[in-house]
Amino acid sequence: MATKHIKKSQKETDESILGGDHTYGSVNEKISSIVLTKEFKPVWLFGFAVALTLFLVLQISVGRLFTHYIGIWGINVPVGWGFDIINFVWWIGIGHAGTLISAILLLFKQQWRTSINRFAEAMTLFAVACAALFPILHLGRPEKFYWLFPYPSTFGVWPQFRSPLEWDVFAVSTYATVSALFWYVGLVPDLAALRDRTKHQGLKVLYGVLCLGWRGSARHWFRYETAYLLLAGLGTPLVLSVHSIIGLDFATSIVPGWHATIFPPYFVAGAIFAGFAMVITLAVPLRKIYHLEDFITMKHLDNMAKVMLATGMLVGYGYAMEAFMAFYSGNNYEIAMMKNRLIGHFAPFYWALIVCNLLAPQILWSKKARGNLVILYIVAMFVNVGMWLERYIIIVTSLARDFIPSSWHDYAPTIWDWGIFLGTFGLFFTLFFLFIRFVPMISVFEMQELVHKKKHGH
Amino acid sequence: MTHDEEEKLYGLMAEFDTPEALVQAAERCRKEGYKKMDGFSPFPVHGLPEALGLPRNKVPLVTLCMAILGALGGFFLQYWVNVIDYPLNVGGRPYNSWPAFIPVTYECTILFASFGAVFGMFTMNGLPKPYHPVFNVERFALMTNDRFFICIEAGDSLFELTRTRRLLESLKPHGVYEVPS
Repeated sequence: MATKHIKKSQKETDESILGGDHTYGSVNEKISSIVLTKEFKPVWLFGFAVALTLFLVLQISVGRLFTHYIGIWGINVPVGWGFDIINFVWWIGIGHAGTLISAILLLFKQQWRTSINRFAEAMTLFAVACAALFPILHLGRPEKFYWLFPYPSTFGVWPQFRSPLEWDVFAVSTYATVSALFWYVGLVPDLAALRDRTKHQGLKVLYGVLCLGWRGSARHWFRYETAYLLLAGLGTPLVLSVHSIIGLDFATSIVPGWHATIFPPYFVAGAIFAGFAMVITLAVPLRKIYHLEDFITMKHLDNMAKVMLATGMLVGYGYAMEAFMAFYSGNNYEIAMMKNRLIGHFAPFYWALIVCNLLAPQILWSKKARGNLVILYIVAMFVNVGMWLERYIIIVTSLARDFIPSSWHDYAPTIWDWGIFLGTFGLFFTLFFLFIRFVPMISVFEMQELVHKKKHGH
Repeated sequence: MTHDEEEKLYGLMAEFDTPEALVQAAERCRKEGYKKMDGFSPFPVHGLPEALGLPRNKVPLVTLCMAILGALGGFFLQYWVNVIDYPLNVGGRPYNSWPAFIPVTYECTILFASFGAVFGMFTMNGLPKPYHPVFNVERFALMTNDRFFICIEAGDSLFELTRTRRLLESLKPHGVYEVPS
């Protein structure tokens, strides 16, 4: 009786992550046909045009930065980190959900990851590309960014490896490289599927080259699966380390509000929280526009909402501990910083952040709310904004009000700060629109595997 | 069939509708003593490596070696830079402040291990390889869609066209094809 019950519930789960009556061929057909068509959907064209326009804003803003340097931004003493670092941390945090879905959920054998991992990984890549721009742009001399890498230069100077900012260079570049490798390895069999499906000779050659001549050999699959699993195993500690190191950028300093041991884990939780909000932001319109309701089902959205709720609570714990430790420490500067946030100069931002990150997601305790796309979307938007505000609060409150009142100074972003921030949305969405049109946005072979598992109930 | 014609053959290929049929076929061929054979499927089929009698793969070993190389390389790069070639005195801390070198060492370990896993896998798989005889079979283009194939190579010591063909046909395939080399 009990086993029967378990079997039944197992079957229900399987069905709810893959709707409809799909075969190996129909899965391939459905996903490949989005790529292998001459048609451009009007929605796609409109979205792409908007994204390109914003991308142009980025180019203009960066061009201005290159000719006039960072004096055009709102940063100054004492607020030396402004939009640049806020946006850097925000974007890279968004990327973390992609790695979580593709690597950590793979290790946990969560089958629901299958239909969302490809575009979540793409989201990671593009978010990291946006993030990586900021530390380079905020260098006083961005054209000398390569000095950060240890290379044998003629003037005999080397980087300083005791600095967390140098750790960042390694963490972010490793993260970008490994994410790209993971994404490409997953893509290889699907590119072979496109090669076999397309009638266009030029495309056949192109896909044939890109898939490295993949032929689905059992020997190849055998090593492939091992490598994929190993990559997932390597990606899991990597993603935790990247945001921990970003947390250390702050925590190793003595600035009030930054010098906290909770920062690395609290940053990781925040990153995954923000990332899932972004995955929902992207998935809801995608499934609607490309009619992927069979593949990205309500079960997926429900699970993502749960992860968002759970990580949101972890972040809430982080806020609580931050406030508690500030008062418990008895340190005047820490207490002043916290009062500034709670009831002082920065209170409006702080409470907006609490509403967005802590209160708004609470509605997701209700199954009904998780099943309602409008509510889910609005909550995800709240979290997107809230996580940006969180970084704003962390960076600006601490820097604008540090130890000596005579050095206090407020921060206000300029039009160029906004230009680069909006511009990165242009870069992100330009890449994302190209991705959904020219690359299979759902992994074909993993979906075929899911069809197989569904058929045989294991 | 003459010896010459057999020379031009890469092997014999049988097509199946389901992964289960492919695994059974592989099992049978292995029991018959064939060694130079391979299965082809749109997605990894569980039980197929065992059915084909494939040895353990060496991807984990390569990954481990690269991970160790990355860890040592990452640490000693920092050691050499900050202790030997360009010693910097930061607030009187030791030149070899190894705890501060851990994050970069860690990242280098993961980077090198990932290179090992990915490039090791592709290299051992002999990819990229734009041309392969199996692509000569017209039906093989359907593999990535929903077809499953097994191919016994002519290079196998037991391979004999009529006998091997009879064996493959006995497995109730969708079809048996000659693969020109």
